[in-house]
Amino acid sequence: MKTARARFERRRLGGAFAFHGSASVLSLLFLTPFIVAFLGSFRRGQEASSPPIPPWPTNGFSLDAYRTLDTFGSGILQHTLNSLIVSLATVVLTVLVSLLAGYGFSRYRFPLKNVLFILLMATLMIPFQSILTPLFIMLARMGLNNSLVGLILVYVTLQLPFSVFMMRNAFDAVPKEIEDAARVDGIGDIRLLTRVLLPLVMPGVATVAIFAFLNAWNEFLAALILLSSNDKYTLPVLMTAVRVGRLGSINWGAVQAGVVVMIIPCLIVFLLLQRYYMRGLTAGAVK
Amino acid sequence: MSVTSIQEKKKPRRPDRRRRQAIKGFLFIAPAMILVTVFFVFPVLFTAWMSLHKWPLLGEPQWIGLRNYTRMFSDQRFYDALGFTGYYTVMVTIVIFAFAFPMAMLVEQKRRAVPVYRTLFFLPVVVGLASASLLWTWLSNIDSGFFSPLMERLGLTTGRVNLLATFDLAFWTIIAMVIWKIAGFTMIILLTGLQSIPSELVEASRIDGAKRWQRLRFLTLPLMRKTLALALVLSVTGSILAFDQFYIMTSGGPQNRMISIVYYIVNQSFVSFNLGYGAALSIAVLVILVVLSVAQLWLLRDKGDAA
Repeated sequence: MKTARARFERRRLGGAFAFHGSASVLSLLFLTPFIVAFLGSFRRGQEASSPPIPPWPTNGFSLDAYRTLDTFGSGILQHTLNSLIVSLATVVLTVLVSLLAGYGFSRYRFPLKNVLFILLMATLMIPFQSILTPLFIMLARMGLNNSLVGLILVYVTLQLPFSVFMMRNAFDAVPKEIEDAARVDGIGDIRLLTRVLLPLVMPGVATVAIFAFLNAWNEFLAALILLSSNDKYTLPVLMTAVRVGRLGSINWGAVQAGVVVMIIPCLIVFLLLQRYYMRGLTAGAVK
Repeated sequence: MSVTSIQEKKKPRRPDRRRRQAIKGFLFIAPAMILVTVFFVFPVLFTAWMSLHKWPLLGEPQWIGLRNYTRMFSDQRFYDALGFTGYYTVMVTIVIFAFAFPMAMLVEQKRRAVPVYRTLFFLPVVVGLASASLLWTWLSNIDSGFFSPLMERLGLTTGRVNLLATFDLAFWTIIAMVIWKIAGFTMIILLTGLQSIPSELVEASRIDGAKRWQRLRFLTLPLMRKTLALALVLSVTGSILAFDQFYIMTSGGPQNRMISIVYYIVNQSFVSFNLGYGAALSIAVLVILVVLSVAQLWLLRDKGDAA
């Protein structure tokens, strides 16, 4: 009896040990690149171009890497601002447009409704990489080439299938009685949507917003092709200039600083709104 | 008040009221449909149209029928790009599953700190592929990076190895970066599948004396068919469209051997300015992806079973 119990205890402990052992090693592997880049970016001048072993600054904390980064393009503030404008405008427009469309698809009956919804979803099958050339030409004809507005419109469009799908589901989950009750009180369509329904679909809005933000903030290829003048570059495009370097030499300190600037907002947004992010992910996975 | 309105509703609806409802519905979806039509549906049709032209950046496009497509089928660099993309897709998908599946089983357990591990594994997913590629370009650099000097210090290699200099080393460095970036995503997808398996079934099989690998082979994997198919398709379609990592980490790689298909389109369209030919290549990629999506729908179809 006693030995069997001891054996059980030992096995349980062994299992826990193996579990936490392997999980922490894996966690460390996933975290290391972040830690090394973050600590490394605060090293002084020349130190930044030597291997980050140890990763933390040994000659004292310094912002040299960030100052060097600021000398590229039109200054890091300008490019961070470009990225922020593009991402936040994409968030606002995506939320607005998908809120309306989700409501329309959920609550109204009109001809071709299902056909139009399927058409919207079918665009998910087509890679946007394959339509960049015509987008480039079209935006040029519309006078939106090399403009953040053009890029924003493209990003919003790319977000729409997922976002409309999310918002339609969110409205489907709201009981119709709430709406009927409000209508009885004689409320108009727009006020019904903003005052009564919006608070109820807020979790869906959060999911749509977080995906729109991360995708717009991180997108690289379309920005690379559609933006042509230096002062318009978003952060990922600016960083290609930093990566190419000057006179054949790359300033690795600026690379580390740039990576930190690009990564931090993503991590903050994710850690704060993780619940809504995961909802979006599993909604896509379960369909 | 409310009584009268309910009575009103019960009356047969007049056609003009229904029409008003339909118009309102259209107005609500109009902004989304306009955006998708202008910035997606039209460009797709425009791509097809362009692919039938010789289309320089400046000057008049010239109709050449299917010549772009005949050119494509005799273009060795197109086949090279296709071959490389295929090789990359297969390799990266295998390695992603090799990591993501055990990770999903790890974080499926009900133990303390599991949510923390899950979040940590997932962190790289939310940063951009461009940021991740840039970060790893530095980490893999021979003089200023992290990996080579670390391996040298630890005595794993004699001298420093340039991880981005030869095709094989650069290829596996990029694969490692992609695993770091993507494995957490596949893990979460697989986790939803694992969690959907009823625990009574697992218990029952355990009581029946099924060994761990037997449970995996005959219970877990069959019940996860749909999730596995979804994770597989997401990984394959994502890999076929890979661009950022090759562009940023190796600029197309040693001897231009890392030109993926999207990279080749970008080169043809925006470096050589053969916009018509680039469009034909785009149509080829589009066809491949649509075929894969149809295959996905077929793999994920309900066979009428309860699962």
